[in-house]
Amino acid sequence: MVKRIGMNGDTAVAYAVKQADVDVIAAYPITPQTIIVEKLSEYVNNGELNAAYVPVESEHSALSACVGASLAGARVFTATASQGLALMYEILYIASSLRTTIVMALGNRALSAPINIHCSHDDAYAARDAGWIQLFAENVQEAYDLTLQAFRISEDKNVLLPTIVNLDGFILTHSLEGVNVFEDEDIAKFLPPKEPIQPIDPENPITYGPLGLFDSYIEFKKQQAEAMKASYPHILQAFKEFEEFSGRSYKPIKTLGMEDAEIAIMVLGSTAGTVREVVRKMREKGEKVGTISLTLYRPFPEEELKKVLKGVKVLAVMDRSYSFGSPGAQLFMDVTATLINMKEKPLIFNVIYGLGGRDLVPNHVLSIIEKAKEYAELGEVSEKEIWIGVRE
Amino acid sequence: MSGLNLIKTLKEIPREELLAPGHRLCAGCGAPIIARFVLKAIEGPKVVVNATGCLEVATTIFPYTSWKVPWVHSAFENAASTASGIEAAFRILEKKKGKKSPKVIVFGGDGGTFDIGLQALSGALERGHDLIYICYDNEAYMNTGIQRSSATPKGASTTTSPAGKVIPGKLERKKDLIGIAVAHGIKYAATANPAYPIDLFNKIRKAASVKGPTVIHYFTPCPTGWRADPSRSIEIARLAVQTRVWPLYECDNGVWKLNVNVKKPKPVEEYLRLQGRFRHLLKPENRWLLEEIKRDIEANWERILKLTGLS
Repeated sequence: MVKRIGMNGDTAVAYAVKQADVDVIAAYPITPQTIIVEKLSEYVNNGELNAAYVPVESEHSALSACVGASLAGARVFTATASQGLALMYEILYIASSLRTTIVMALGNRALSAPINIHCSHDDAYAARDAGWIQLFAENVQEAYDLTLQAFRISEDKNVLLPTIVNLDGFILTHSLEGVNVFEDEDIAKFLPPKEPIQPIDPENPITYGPLGLFDSYIEFKKQQAEAMKASYPHILQAFKEFEEFSGRSYKPIKTLGMEDAEIAIMVLGSTAGTVREVVRKMREKGEKVGTISLTLYRPFPEEELKKVLKGVKVLAVMDRSYSFGSPGAQLFMDVTATLINMKEKPLIFNVIYGLGGRDLVPNHVLSIIEKAKEYAELGEVSEKEIWIGVRE
Repeated sequence: MSGLNLIKTLKEIPREELLAPGHRLCAGCGAPIIARFVLKAIEGPKVVVNATGCLEVATTIFPYTSWKVPWVHSAFENAASTASGIEAAFRILEKKKGKKSPKVIVFGGDGGTFDIGLQALSGALERGHDLIYICYDNEAYMNTGIQRSSATPKGASTTTSPAGKVIPGKLERKKDLIGIAVAHGIKYAATANPAYPIDLFNKIRKAASVKGPTVIHYFTPCPTGWRADPSRSIEIARLAVQTRVWPLYECDNGVWKLNVNVKKPKPVEEYLRLQGRFRHLLKPENRWLLEEIKRDIEANWERILKLTGLS
């Protein structure tokens, strides 16, 4: 049974977390995710969710408490954004290295300074190297669906890695949408209770987090690297099972028109919808354009990306963030590194857009496509990095 | 609250060792004493959370571990919050699945407690998690090589507060950890010292009997950092009490009690002389600082007498 409820991204995430029958929530308020933790406290205090809500005194403690709770065998959730994620940074690596199964909703928000509460992907990118699986929602329905799937993925015995569900700050966290939700009693068919692996147990004492020096550290890291790589087929399996359960299909990469596209735009998060709309209209006029968006950002879907990019002449990679002093912003570097050894690869340029919540309108997308066409004709990229929507 | 099973003699201390030998803590270190005592004094299932520090690095060098109980290390400043999560998880899992909650024990050094972990500790105390927090205070960042902390006593020479020609060591006073802990309204807080093992053992038992957060502030001799003879650690610890440098007292449900009343204190020089970190204080040019330290010790003693209703 499915019902349709009007929810914003935050309440949709909270609803999914409640339905996941989470055991421990440790969180600290920060815009734009605050509604999630407000809603969860409400569920707990009204007896609708049988969980411990730990109202910690900082994000650093939020994630630390989550690490402890996850090791103790609990299903664990937290939510944060920008500065909060930055404060958690130290513990992000510990959470993944200790193979916890924490699920975190990240209401993507720009990092200070200047202080800003609106969308950038600075926070998601800041976590990219930390050993977390990362999913990106494009709309509120996906935020709900991916939150449920995140628990299923993280707690899979073959995965045991924490997962971040990204949803664009305000654009998704605060936008109202009709969302198809499951009945509570049906959830267990897709998401059974957590079966913890080697939890804290006084009858079977384990030392968690020992000192690993030069004679063991690199082996731990190699194992962790392999665990992240090996999670990929299990993530696909979770997507498949979710499709059987819900009828809604999830794939690491979403595409439109990539079967014959010569010009392609690649993007993360809610902007994918805007880009897709422009691309659809252009394709109706017979233009060979296409778009790619990622649902799965970590582990990065390299092979799929290589496949869909075959035959593309120019690729615009859109980043809602910036990596100062780097040869490109973060997604751009991911893509170029993926394609580096391909014999025939597209020309690639980087589009910086939407920082701190600056709107991206269809005309911007059109200008990106125009630029790509220009490069296609030239046969080279004259300007590798373009900022759009910036006042002159 | 379970029945308080306090001891009167050392013979009553259980013989079972849950901290295995072979760890790499220095000879004369006070930390393993309290770790062993805690594991002996607290009966039933337990889990230990350890902040980064000497006790942590020296007992769990992979692939070895000294701990025969579940033991968790996450980071430096977050032992209290990691423990909060463990406690909260067991509390809810007990409700949902009937899994019995273990007692949660936290060990943090003075750096991990007075300085970088103070916020996490304050949060855990305020939220009322059922845990025992033990600060093993060796009065400096010993694990990184003897740097000053806010628990370093006035006058002590450390690598970041060296006894120089112009500034003769640390000039600031030590923070009042027990005062900070009690200000959270917790039910039990106490100072402890390895030279008073029965007092130490019973304080752990008292703390463990409380439902809610408790704090024990434990004097931890560090021969390496204090430049002292490892064979004299307990003597130094005893002198700390006998000179009124380290008063033994507790706050039990709001009632303050002095555990060892030092009516005729020994001269503080006897305590200072045994430690290289204080030796410069005995030079004539630093007499002013020594006098200031003596005044501080007496003022603190008077404060505690007032608290405990003895003045």
